[in-house]
Amino acid sequence: MGMPDGLRFTAEHEWVRIEGGRAAIGITQHAQEELGDVVFVELPHIGQEFRAGDSIAVVESVKAVASVYTQLDGRVVEVNEALLEDPGLMNTDPYGQHVSVLEGDFSVLPDTLLDSAAYEAFLAEGG
Amino acid sequence: MEPKKTPLYDMHVRAGAKMVDFHGWLMPLQFASILTEHEAVRESAGLFDISHMGVMDIAGPGASKLADYVLANDMKTLKTGRARYSPMCNEKGGTVDDVLAYKLSDAFLRLVVNAANTGKDLAWIAAHNREQAEVIDRSDEFAIIALQGPRSSEVLRAADAEARLPTRAYSFLPETRLTGVGCMLARTGYTGEIGYEIFCAPREAPCLWETLIEAGKAAGARPCGLGARDSLRLEAGMPLYGNELGEDISPLEAGLHAFVDMDDPGFVGAEALMQPVRRRRVGFVVDGRGIPRAGYEVLDSDGCAIGRVTSGGYSPTLDTGLGMALVPNGWADGKLLVRIRDRQVPANTVPLPFYRRKQIIRGNAHGDA
Repeated sequence: MGMPDGLRFTAEHEWVRIEGGRAAIGITQHAQEELGDVVFVELPHIGQEFRAGDSIAVVESVKAVASVYTQLDGRVVEVNEALLEDPGLMNTDPYGQHVSVLEGDFSVLPDTLLDSAAYEAFLAEGG
Repeated sequence: MEPKKTPLYDMHVRAGAKMVDFHGWLMPLQFASILTEHEAVRESAGLFDISHMGVMDIAGPGASKLADYVLANDMKTLKTGRARYSPMCNEKGGTVDDVLAYKLSDAFLRLVVNAANTGKDLAWIAAHNREQAEVIDRSDEFAIIALQGPRSSEVLRAADAEARLPTRAYSFLPETRLTGVGCMLARTGYTGEIGYEIFCAPREAPCLWETLIEAGKAAGARPCGLGARDSLRLEAGMPLYGNELGEDISPLEAGLHAFVDMDDPGFVGAEALMQPVRRRRVGFVVDGRGIPRAGYEVLDSDGCAIGRVTSGGYSPTLDTGLGMALVPNGWADGKLLVRIRDRQVPANTVPLPFYRRKQIIRGNAHGDA
C-alpha cells in the first residue's frame, strides 16, 4: 500500500497529518501489519493535554498491546469514535482512520517527524 | 542457541506466515489473521503444525505401572487405543508438566508433552523409574499436525476417502495410513472442537500438510498459527503450562480435579495434594471494555489485590475480554476488578469453559466430545 501524500511519520510507526493548528494522528500500514487484528482501542478524552513523547491512545490486537505516541504538544479536540465500534478499521484503513486530533502551535516541527522518504528508508533498514 | 525448526518450517515461510520464537522453536504465529484462523476452527477446520511438542515412549513390562506412578490421573483403567490427559506432579504437589498419555499396549505408553518441558520431563520420569521401564525421547521422530474443527472429519475424508478414522473422543489408531502416509491418528486436540492429531515421520510431513491444505479448501479449512491456538484454548478454558500450571501451582489449584486420581493416591505428589488448597482458578468475563492480559492484577470489589491473571485476552467467539486468574480459595464473591493500565475494570466470574462447542444430538445420545 502506498503512503498518502502530506503525512509525517515517526520511528514508532505513527503518522501525523498537520493542517494549520490541527494534527491528526494515526498508525501506519506497517504498524497495523505488525500488530495484527486490532480488537480494542482506548482513546483519550476531549480536552486532554499532551506533551511530545506522551502516549495518547492504546491499541490492542489479539496478541499485543501498543501505545500511540505524539511527537507534538497539544490538546485533544477530536477522537475517532468509529474505532470504538469497529477497531478493525485500523487494519483495513490505517491512513484513513486517525486516532485523535490535537490542536496546538505546529509552526515549528520536531525532527522526530520524518517525511515519507525518510520513513520509507527507515522501514527499509528494518525499523 | 539457534532456534529449532519443524519439518514444515520452509512451507510456513513460503506461505507467508509470521514466524516467532516459541520456547526455542520457530513457529508460525499466524498465516492470515488470528481472528480469521480462530473463526475457521470454530466454523470449519484449521490445520496446526505442533511438531514442536515433545514425544516420549515408556516401554516394557512396567510401563503402565510407571505411568500410573508418575502421572496424577488414573492410568490403570486406561484402555489400549485410548488417550488420557494428566498432570504430572512433583513431591510438593506442584505441576512438572501436563501431558496426554496414549496407551498403545499394557507395555507401551506414549506421552505428548509441552515442548519447553521435554528435557525436564525425561529427567523427571527417569528419576522416578522404579519399574525399570524404558523411557525413550522420540520427539525428533515425529511431525505432528493437528486438524481441528467441526468439519475436520470431512477434510480427512476429502483427502483420503478410504482412511480409517478414530471415532470416539480420546481414541486413536496407533498405526494407520492417511493418503498413503503411515501415521498414528488420534481424536485429540486443544481447541474445544472435534479434531485429530496426526503423528507421522518428519520427511512425510510436508507432503501430508500440503495434501490436507488442498483437501480442506472446499470446506473453508485454513492453516493456523499459535495465536489462534492460544485464543481457542483460552475460550475452551484449557490450562496452559507456564500460565495456569507450574512447578508451584498444583493441578487442584488449577481446578483439574477430574484429572487427579485421589481415590488411588499412590502417585508422586499425592500426599501433598491431600492438603487443603490455598488458591483456585476462576474464569472471568469483563463487564464493559478492556482486555485482561496474563500478569495483570486482580482485585476484589473493595479494591484489595487478591491475585493475578494467568491467561487473558480477547475472545473472538464471545466478542469480549476474558481471562482466568488464581485467587484465594475462600474468595467467592463472583465480582472482581482487573487492573488494566490506570483503570480498574469490573469483571464477573463465570463457570469454565467460556465456550462449549455445539453438541450434535443423535437420538438421545450426545455426539462425542
